Amino acid sequence: MSNDKVIIAEQLTKRFGHFTAVDGISFDVHKGEIFGFLGANGAGKTTAMRMLSGLSMPSSGKASVAGFDVYRETEKIKQSIGYMSQKFSLYEDLTVKENIRFYAGIYGMTDTFIKDKTGFILKHLHMESEADKLVKSLPLGWKQKLAFSVAVFHEPKIVFLDEPTGGVDPVTRREFWSMIYQAAETGITVFVTTHYMDEAEYCNRVSIMVDGRIDALGTPQQLKRTFNVSSMDEVFLKLARKATRAAD
Amino acid sequence: MKQFKAFVKKEFHHIFRDTRTVFILLGMPVVQIIIFGFALTNEVKNSRIGVLDNSKDAATESLINELEASRYFDIEKNIYSYNDIEQSFREGKIKMAVVFPQRFGENLQHFNKAQVQLVADASDPNVANTLTNYATAVVMDYQKRITGNRQLPYTINTEMRMLYNPQLKGAYNFVPGVMAMVLMLVCTLMTAITVVREKEMGTMEILLASPIKPLKIIIAKAVPYLLLSIVNVASILLLSVFVLEVPINGSLLLLSFESILFILTCLAFGLLISASTASQQTAMFISLTGMFLPTVMLSGFMFPIENMPLPLQIISNAVPAKWYYMIVKDVMIKGVGLESVWKETLILAGMMFFLLAMAIKKFKIRLA
Amino acid sequence: MKAVTVNNIKKRYGAKKPFVSALEGVSFEVEKGELFGIIGPDGAGKTSLFRILTTLLLADGGNVMVDGLDVVKNYKDIRERVGYMPGRFSLYQDLTVRENLEFFATIFNTSIEANYDLVKDIYSQIEPFKDRKAGKLSGGMKQKLALSCALIHRPSVLFLDEPTTGVDAVSRKEFWEMLKKLRSQGITILVSTPYMDEAGLCDRVALIQAGKIMSVDTPEGIVSAFGKKLLAVKSDSMLHLLNELKACPDVEDAYPFGEYHHAVMKQGGQKELNNYLLRSGKAFELKEVTPDIEDCFMALMKN
Repeated sequence: MSNDKVIIAEQLTKRFGHFTAVDGISFDVHKGEIFGFLGANGAGKTTAMRMLSGLSMPSSGKASVAGFDVYRETEKIKQSIGYMSQKFSLYEDLTVKENIRFYAGIYGMTDTFIKDKTGFILKHLHMESEADKLVKSLPLGWKQKLAFSVAVFHEPKIVFLDEPTGGVDPVTRREFWSMIYQAAETGITVFVTTHYMDEAEYCNRVSIMVDGRIDALGTPQQLKRTFNVSSMDEVFLKLARKATRAAD
Repeated sequence: MKQFKAFVKKEFHHIFRDTRTVFILLGMPVVQIIIFGFALTNEVKNSRIGVLDNSKDAATESLINELEASRYFDIEKNIYSYNDIEQSFREGKIKMAVVFPQRFGENLQHFNKAQVQLVADASDPNVANTLTNYATAVVMDYQKRITGNRQLPYTINTEMRMLYNPQLKGAYNFVPGVMAMVLMLVCTLMTAITVVREKEMGTMEILLASPIKPLKIIIAKAVPYLLLSIVNVASILLLSVFVLEVPINGSLLLLSFESILFILTCLAFGLLISASTASQQTAMFISLTGMFLPTVMLSGFMFPIENMPLPLQIISNAVPAKWYYMIVKDVMIKGVGLESVWKETLILAGMMFFLLAMAIKKFKIRLA
Repeated sequence: MKAVTVNNIKKRYGAKKPFVSALEGVSFEVEKGELFGIIGPDGAGKTSLFRILTTLLLADGGNVMVDGLDVVKNYKDIRERVGYMPGRFSLYQDLTVRENLEFFATIFNTSIEANYDLVKDIYSQIEPFKDRKAGKLSGGMKQKLALSCALIHRPSVLFLDEPTTGVDAVSRKEFWEMLKKLRSQGITILVSTPYMDEAGLCDRVALIQAGKIMSVDTPEGIVSAFGKKLLAVKSDSMLHLLNELKACPDVEDAYPFGEYHHAVMKQGGQKELNNYLLRSGKAFELKEVTPDIEDCFMALMKN
């Protein structure tokens, strides 16, 4: 793994009035790493992700994403990242092709690039015969795989995945993760949140947020050793049970 | 009954916890009445009028001076023919024209009798009416002065012509019109939205899976809006009587009865919309296009139905607000009783029962 | 008498062909007092099934009895005796905690006081916030309020549609503890979930996929029906290892599973796979494991 850091956060903090949603978190993510970002509901994951993707201005602290500053260079950050969430990722009333076209258009891809890459993606997903079908007619697992392909279409440096596999069947969930691995192989950094603790094991490193702070950070093996338990599920429960803040 | 009461209480919580909605619901009629009321009284100061003097004698000159001196009028120069008058009306330069026929002064002197013609742009009937009244008053003042104590009085006939809206529909029309509009908004729109909101929120799913009867649900949803509408009718009537000084000439009881009939019609329509739509946006869109626009355009409130093309006149019969508007105008302004409006009342009642039956038929005891 | 009998239920959506099939002949029975799980991914037909069971939707074929009553003919009676918690939070956000509970108690012709003992354990946790608007509650508290509201009329059967979806691991654990307590009070509970690991917490489960029930049994029964040897392997290069496993002729299926890869054996066992992997010369760790519900679900899906 290369040592260039694509995400650097130092004492990153976000306050809403008296409420400190994210309380001085510091961490680095390396190029091509699959970084699991875990935490109970309300621990501050979403707020932290928003700051890193240039959607929300931090209250204090420093952070750079893909080499750009989160205070001053949010537009450049947005060009260099991809984003996918469990909800609202694709337009249900557009066809598969139209969705790809639309998102690629947003990132200013050229027509020939879009055409070539669309063909490549559809072939890779075995969805050539679905190209002109409305997205809403696809099974959930296909939608999620397509959404991921769309999120990395413009070859971003980093892709943020917010609970990408929620509700997906176990077979498709694994297919999805193999796509994540392939993307990481090509050098895309993957920043992912999940409620499935077995998926935490698939990450290179995992951070666990509790009450706005990062309480644990390391490889799954390190964390299990540190907490002297046999699964990530137990690590998570041990930490999250300490939380005092109400969720959401 | 306990279920029903709890439900109505819940509805009131929804309404009163949304301060913006409460403000709109209760403030809207007040604002509308005031806007319409002041739009009406403000216009008549310093209105531009044209004078076509075909006589050009001492009498016309002094009358024109009188008009000019009045604070109501500013006289537009450069009017030398009927064509000029028409042109100025078209261009909106003047609101009224005063036309002196040839030999005005001579007729007044020799025959003690002369004519003056007032031509007004009646597309805004309230303004036209006010302007001609003021002009007539000026002419009468002049006449009184020159008559003095003589035995044979001079008589100047003012002949009025209303352009564009000859029957002068619209004087005080806006009070019944605003009533129809406000009731429409509150009853149809708000009722439709409140039911559809439960569908969107998913609470309808729980309600349907509970023992409460679907019919009870829809009635309980409508009751708060019925009550709110009654408050609105009362506030509009109070404002119109005490602020705008538009009297209620007919029976207040009859007026209230007719209003409740119209409210029920609107509620039934709102429930019908809510039963056939699944999103608040659609419900709002249907309420606005299906009820609000026709109310404004086809009830006779903004535009006289008599001047519409025949197809629109026929369509206007299907608009409940048209009948309510006619009833309120007759009862409130003309002061007639039920014996004169029973036909309209029956039509409105028929519409109400039809819409209610449709709404109940359409309301589903299950999802989808 | 069974608490719930589902017999060959079919449901499809759309007015014209091709129909979207949500349920394709689903049958199962639930005993009184059972905690019965319906396990399957999104889009498997769980919500359609729950809506049919709670009289909210008419099936296109088959019949359903709940508490001995037909869901079509006796829908009114069923609505009086079942509790239902839909998939998304469905309470009034602008009413307070107390007002929500009171409202639902009244709708069900009862009062909070009459059934307080039943909801006490759950409601007491949110009672300190009883004057707070439901919309301002945290996810876990909303869930507790929704459960209290669904229980307030002491239903004989409780239907919970994906109560733990999108909820973090801690709240999920708490929620299942509440369900266990309720079952001990004799309430039949049907709960649906996309989380395979929750199957083990049910008395019996139905595994559902693409509108069809693949298996109905106790969690142990499902596991013992797996019928094949399952091996867990890990090494320093997991991606490489997975490709190696997939290439092995003795391996029927291989997939990542937490920190290990699972290999379902066509034939042979630990010894054979050990020999196969030794050939590549890389270090690995290999052990035989008992399958869990997720392994079984995948095996059934691929059949």
